[in-house]
Amino acid sequence: MDYSKVGLKVGLEIHQRLKTHKLFCDCSSDMKGENRILVVKRKLRPVAGELGEVDRAAMFEYMKGRTFIYEVFQNESCLVELDEEPPHLVNQQALLTALEIALLLNCKVVDEIHVMRKTVIDGSNTSGFQRTMLIGLDGWINGPRGKVPIAQICLEEESAGIVDKRGKEVVYRLDRLGIPLVEITTGLLEGYTPEEIQQIAFKIGMVLRSTKKVMRGIGTIRQDINISIEGGARIEIKGLQEIGLLKDVIEKEVKRQLSLLEIKEELRRRNLSVEEISDEVLDVTDVFSETESKLIKRLVSQGNKVYCFKLPKFAGLLKKELCEGKTFGKELSDYAKAYGIGGIIHTDENLKKYHLEKEFQKLRELLNASSQDVVVTAVGKQEDVKKACDAVISRAKQALVGVPEETRVVNPDATTSFARPLPGGARMYPETDLPPIEISKKLLDELSSNLPESVDEKIERLKSMGIEETIATKLFLSEYDELFEEFVDKVHPPFLANLLVGITRSVKRETGKEVPADVVRRVIESYVNGLIVKEAVEEIMKELTLTPDENVEKVIKKLGLERISEEELVRIIKQKIVENKEVLERLGDKAEKALIGMVMREIRGRIEGEVVVKKVKELLGQR
Amino acid sequence: MAYSPELERILKEKGIKVGNRVRVEKNGHVYEGLLMPRIEVGDEKTLIIKLDSGYNVGIKYEKGVRIEKVGEGKEPGKIPRLKIRHNTELPDVVMIATGGTIGTHVDYLTGGVYMCRDPEEILFMAPEVTEIINLKKALRPFTLASEDMTPDEWKTLAKLVAKELNEGAYGVIITHGTDTMHYTSAALSFMLRNLNKPVVMVGAQRSPDRGSFDGAMNLICASHVVKSDIAEVVVVMHGTTNDDYCLAIRGTKVRKMHSSRRDAFRPINEMPIAKVWQDGKIEILNEHRKRKEGKVEADAKFEPKVAIVKAYPGSNPKIIDWYVDNDYKGLVIEGTGFGHVPTQPLKKEDSWIPHVKDAVERGVFIGITTQTIYGRTNPYVYRNLRLLNEAGGVHLEDMLTEVAYVKLGWVLGHTKSMKKVKGMMLTNYAGEITKTSDPRSFLY
Repeated sequence: MDYSKVGLKVGLEIHQRLKTHKLFCDCSSDMKGENRILVVKRKLRPVAGELGEVDRAAMFEYMKGRTFIYEVFQNESCLVELDEEPPHLVNQQALLTALEIALLLNCKVVDEIHVMRKTVIDGSNTSGFQRTMLIGLDGWINGPRGKVPIAQICLEEESAGIVDKRGKEVVYRLDRLGIPLVEITTGLLEGYTPEEIQQIAFKIGMVLRSTKKVMRGIGTIRQDINISIEGGARIEIKGLQEIGLLKDVIEKEVKRQLSLLEIKEELRRRNLSVEEISDEVLDVTDVFSETESKLIKRLVSQGNKVYCFKLPKFAGLLKKELCEGKTFGKELSDYAKAYGIGGIIHTDENLKKYHLEKEFQKLRELLNASSQDVVVTAVGKQEDVKKACDAVISRAKQALVGVPEETRVVNPDATTSFARPLPGGARMYPETDLPPIEISKKLLDELSSNLPESVDEKIERLKSMGIEETIATKLFLSEYDELFEEFVDKVHPPFLANLLVGITRSVKRETGKEVPADVVRRVIESYVNGLIVKEAVEEIMKELTLTPDENVEKVIKKLGLERISEEELVRIIKQKIVENKEVLERLGDKAEKALIGMVMREIRGRIEGEVVVKKVKELLGQR
Repeated sequence: MAYSPELERILKEKGIKVGNRVRVEKNGHVYEGLLMPRIEVGDEKTLIIKLDSGYNVGIKYEKGVRIEKVGEGKEPGKIPRLKIRHNTELPDVVMIATGGTIGTHVDYLTGGVYMCRDPEEILFMAPEVTEIINLKKALRPFTLASEDMTPDEWKTLAKLVAKELNEGAYGVIITHGTDTMHYTSAALSFMLRNLNKPVVMVGAQRSPDRGSFDGAMNLICASHVVKSDIAEVVVVMHGTTNDDYCLAIRGTKVRKMHSSRRDAFRPINEMPIAKVWQDGKIEILNEHRKRKEGKVEADAKFEPKVAIVKAYPGSNPKIIDWYVDNDYKGLVIEGTGFGHVPTQPLKKEDSWIPHVKDAVERGVFIGITTQTIYGRTNPYVYRNLRLLNEAGGVHLEDMLTEVAYVKLGWVLGHTKSMKKVKGMMLTNYAGEITKTSDPRSFLY
């Protein structure tokens, strides 16, 4: 696809957790969650916006009437996270790290930092707002096509982690709430391909890693993506944890928006006007009183209601695939799900599969629907199901306009689902419980003179050692990059890089386990000490990953992979020559290769292949 | 706007006002946004700009910085008001707003904290209230943070409440700062004689700008209590850290027991009168006066020359002399344990006993409470207690120190006869003395 033609514009927000205690209290950021000491139940209320009107997104969440349940863990949350005590002064270590990152990204640091409250009422913050502060502005990094703009860097508190949604109750854990996060917002990225945008994200990740003060592992880095295309709309995609999925997410979102535009055109061709889409929703629970569908039967017996409505002239469109893994029907279903019901069933689906053909035939008659129309049902608690239907109808009406602006969440297959409308503006106001923080020139000078090696410099350094740029990049982002610096003087750098990036990955794939850094270190040490040869590294690492408590020397012995001496090698070669005298003579020129093969079969992984070749040549020559 | 005089002058010269859109250039870097006022803290030479992203940043004004106005920007926001719909089917309630967190508004543009001027502004955050009661009248006799309240405000409130109740209000809700709410509730408990309808005090521990504002639920529960037949002065605040129910606690048996938690207000030495849920359910847990016909009397006479003195290890008893010399009429000594003061057998000059004795002889009433907060004082268990008792100190049963202080001012407003004062101090007027100590009440 020609992405410049579709007018792809992307903005990234990268959130990285810092390796220190919480931002506004002294609680641990370890998220061990070992001892749950309390469970608290709260509500949040919509609050007045700047001009007195209630924020659109805030109101939406309120309408859902949720109750929030917070699980509190010992040492990992206190009254600050419970919104029962004002914030303590900002964590100095987190502040210094954020400043360091701002300098590494060439940002202009502000003279005085002001902590702000950003309204969030999905329950992920007990207070109803997230505390955030702008640290620096207008930076840049080198990217695939020159300088990439970095719009701003903020330091903010992590939200609470969601554990469960049961009906209108949402359960969160407070161990995550308040962990310091650095948020990096890029400028608008125009004219890049999804692949290049992913590279940019990797690069920013590397800069963060280079400070050695950020957390690692699943969930410690998260991205939000703003995407729009020509004729489409601004979509905010939240919570991508795997940078490697970024390219796919962008590609699928572009396809989704293009498909929605096609649907709009198709509906126009069908002469559908918005007035034709009726808001009428019927309670048709009775129709399903003798249904053969086990699912509906069970739901109705639990006191749920079946509601139904029609989407005129939509026939076939709900089947349309918007992008791989997402039909328009599924898209509409997400709106119903936002109200806590299971989804929708409609006539663009295989109703036979659900044993619902009879009932839907009846509904068609009830709704006076033709074969051009789609009949949709939703099942749920009476108070939810009507609202859910309204939401689906309202979304169907938007299909006539094109792509609705909204916030979406990423699914594991890189598709996205509707989460809520885009929040309106005016969500940010000063945190009145904390004084502003003055940043002196002296402090900045001090930080500037102690910055870690830049990512560009490091990549250049690795390239000069004969390491490919792609490997260098992966090394930078791997958990083992510190081992590279530790052993680079003792191990041939390209092999070391391959060991840390390639071998660890293949061991992980084969064992299904993360390779502990300590295992990697012990394997490298035995290599450096001459106990094993390169060829044995992977085998030993695999075994140690499965039994990390085992002594490395024992493992080497067990696998029979101790390095043998050259004398021993010479003895083996000589023995093979004697044993296979006739064969070797018959082979003539090919004897060398055959002999190497014979020797290697016996001592594979116990001495370097080059040495075997060298010695075979010597000894064959002597013959 | 509290910038430095130099900066204020420059801004004035350029015709720049708070809220205007400005462009600030510093070291080749441009910041554009709305000029914010400098609020209370921070460097007064640092301009605060609200960027279009919503973030505020501080730009230090120094040589080479250029600032210019590029637009009018925005006026700081007005406090939003609830348009109150009257429903005459519902009971007429009068609401009195006095100040405090529940009556503040944070301006979302500037972050400035403003006192709400009237209940229409307060109720913006709790519109449900208007479906429970009919807000007959909304009054604002003064607007003070609770730490700034004095006995004069208690008197004003007592008179106002009595007048409204006598003129037909079904009950009164008073919004109040939380720090001294329990002093005011005690004062009203004594001053409102023959109380026959609910007087409900309510506040907030979280500010109303946030989704977690606790005052909304407190107000909703207060509205249910004001409709009930609990004809007492009560404090209605969160019962737990959950948003589940509120407690209605007797005005003389309530205390703020935490500086920040929602459920800071606890009943002391007795059970709460009731638990109240937002849906109107009320579970009665203790005795209370019932709603009835009749007139309320505001008996607001008060002697301000009363004080609380705390006795603690190493404390200097001469503090009593100071009060006596300065014409104070009564003191409440918050003693240790059962109501001890230091007697210092090894260093007699530091004993409190002679000072108490002297004060009593000079006609100053000395009441004794305990700093354990929970539990009852006792003049007999130990010899030293008897010494204090013999010196004329009067142990005040299980009365809270703050309540004893308020009561003493009220009693002394009526009589200066020490005998009568003692008699009144030991008479239960408003539930301030319990006869039995309910085992369930400790740390409730």
